[in-house]
Amino acid sequence: MKELIEKDLSILRQEEYMSPGHLACQGCGAALAMRHVLKALGPETIVVLPACCWTVINGPFAYSSVGVPVLHTAFETAASAAAGVRAALEVLGGPEATVLAWAGDGGTFDIGLQALSGVAERDEDILYVCYDNEAYMNTGIQRSSATPLLAWTTTTPLPRPKPRPKKDMMAIMAAHRIPYAATASVAFPEDLAAKVIKAKIYRGTKFIHILTPCPPGWKSPSEQTVRLARLAVETKVFPLYEVEEGVRHRISYMPKGIPVREYLRLQDRFSHLQEEEIGRIQKLVDQAWERLVKKALW
Amino acid sequence: MKQIIEGNHAASYGAKLCRVQVIAAYPITPQTQVVEKLAEFCGEGSLKARFIEVESEHSALASCIGASAAGARAFTATSAQGLALMHELLHWAAGARLPIVMVNVNRAMAPPWSIWADQTDSLSQRDTGWLQFYCSSNQEVLDSVIQAYRVSETVSLPIMLCLDAFFLSHTSEPVDLPEQDLVDAFLPRYKPQYKLDIRDPHTFGGLAGPDHYYEMRYEIQRAMEEAKGVILKTGAEFHRLFGRSYGLVEEYRTEGAGLLLIASGAIAGTARIVVDALRDAGEKVGLLRIRVFRPFPVEEVKRACQGAAKVLVVDRNLSMGYGGIFHQEVKGTLCHEPHRPLIFGAIAGLGGRDVTPRVLEEAARRALSLDRVEEEIWWLGLKK
Ligand SMILES: Cc1ncc(C[n+]2csc(CCOP(=O)(O)OP(=O)(O)O)c2C)c(N)n1
Ligand SMILES: [Mg+2]
Repeated sequence: MKELIEKDLSILRQEEYMSPGHLACQGCGAALAMRHVLKALGPETIVVLPACCWTVINGPFAYSSVGVPVLHTAFETAASAAAGVRAALEVLGGPEATVLAWAGDGGTFDIGLQALSGVAERDEDILYVCYDNEAYMNTGIQRSSATPLLAWTTTTPLPRPKPRPKKDMMAIMAAHRIPYAATASVAFPEDLAAKVIKAKIYRGTKFIHILTPCPPGWKSPSEQTVRLARLAVETKVFPLYEVEEGVRHRISYMPKGIPVREYLRLQDRFSHLQEEEIGRIQKLVDQAWERLVKKALW
Repeated sequence: MKQIIEGNHAASYGAKLCRVQVIAAYPITPQTQVVEKLAEFCGEGSLKARFIEVESEHSALASCIGASAAGARAFTATSAQGLALMHELLHWAAGARLPIVMVNVNRAMAPPWSIWADQTDSLSQRDTGWLQFYCSSNQEVLDSVIQAYRVSETVSLPIMLCLDAFFLSHTSEPVDLPEQDLVDAFLPRYKPQYKLDIRDPHTFGGLAGPDHYYEMRYEIQRAMEEAKGVILKTGAEFHRLFGRSYGLVEEYRTEGAGLLLIASGAIAGTARIVVDALRDAGEKVGLLRIRVFRPFPVEEVKRACQGAAKVLVVDRNLSMGYGGIFHQEVKGTLCHEPHRPLIFGAIAGLGGRDVTPRVLEEAARRALSLDRVEEEIWWLGLKK
């Protein structure tokens, strides 16, 4: 496995499957994520794309910014439509391909959760990637259940930012006992690529959760996207780890444990936070980290 | 080979004979037997298809959409609440020009809960871009599935085949199951013009601005128009091979009819008996059964109504706030005709209430006795 991954990583540096001319905003983490994932998967990939920013990013009708087949589908159908594509490939017996369901956090945590749960329970042979920009960005920054505690969005306006923490999507996927689930970050492209390549090798439902900063939605400077993605990992806000068969947890990168303040202060969606609130977030992050470490030790 | 089977199993055998490749379906009374039988075929290996046991009808159609886009012959079946849950994806399947075939068992929409016959479920999906056929016998259900794939794959639009809950779905009738070789000769393998293919990558369904969307809808309308001819041609070839024939409409004893009953589905079967009785009593009454509702058989309906002084449309469905849905369509169809018959409309049998020959005969006699449309909607058998 390690050799396979290393071999593919060397290829990774050369081929590009995403072309310039896409419609992403400056500093879009989701565009970066697609670029890295496609580099890792190669051309034998079919993308299933529900409503999300990527519906727009890919380009208007008659254009596409990725060099692989793309099927646009309804918002809540990434997993179920991908399962249909996989079923067809199976019965038709064409060339091997990865069926990549590519959905935002809204399409994954919220409206598409039922279909995804069905697919995961049946262990359909697809790779599901959730690029998580922590809100409905396509429609203009409304909260999703991936929006973090106390973040501003247009539907959690001040003085009442989001009162509840982010849903633990990885735990939900792990509870389905799928063969492989992992978190990844656009600030750690080799780790991301290695996980994608690993997922490509496994049979069954694979889930990769990528944190993708969104400058307009997070109200952060566009040149800070990679830095923010890195800080999310280093502050343990978004740890990098893998879960095999729903039980074997492995932490892929030991974070430095930088205070969350450093991450939060670069984003204006958190600019209203008081010291005490930052402390509350820090506490939640530490607790979640401890739980993860326990699972990983076990 | 003749077998005594219920309407639901006629649908399953039809799908099997078409060698469908991907089935994604979710159970709902009174459709359940359609999918159970198919699961059995797949389990025993007599049908080489992938059966996806989805967690909802919404996912059933989403999976069919994915499968069809990737080039497989896809099938699903549902009813009422399940069909309503699919609504968004009904538009999607048609807009994506995917030749999916679905069997819908016509059942009343809740609340109150009802599992009995009523066509409002499928008729309220009228404008989704699916062809809609309403069957009148179990044989027709089976034959229509076979014809549907050919039509659908020719015009690149999905087809919904409807049959009445219980009156057809659970009623056993002798059905001729054609030989597989014959079906294979009639229905070649599905060869899509475009599909998801890593050797020839395309993007399907991406954002189309006002510059493109309009023409895409025009193309669907054209395909619908073209479908009428395709249905007739396919029907003629089917007749040549299998000896049974179905058109867009079916005329029964319409020669010289002064009063034309118009009905669809199982009620049309009952109406036939009523026509016989009235003809025996010397009344010039005929029946026009509308089999294909979308595309609407405008020319056929006009032609059939030409000689009639009166038309009585019987609807087991209701567009609340206007009236029977076939009634509306017939009125719209005849509005420019130089000779317009009186067009009576009757609602009957909503939620599975029996529509007996007596109820229909009374309505027909009432139509015969009137020379003016006074009440826009008649409610047959309404308890007061
Ligand atoms: C059934 C349905 N409801 C709502 C929408 C409108 N809509 C399109 S994209 C979107 C938000 C997508 O959010 P997410 O999945 O997080 O992706 P992002 O836009 O953030 O990339 C919404 C609400 C839709 N297309 N379909
Ligand atoms: Mg989002």
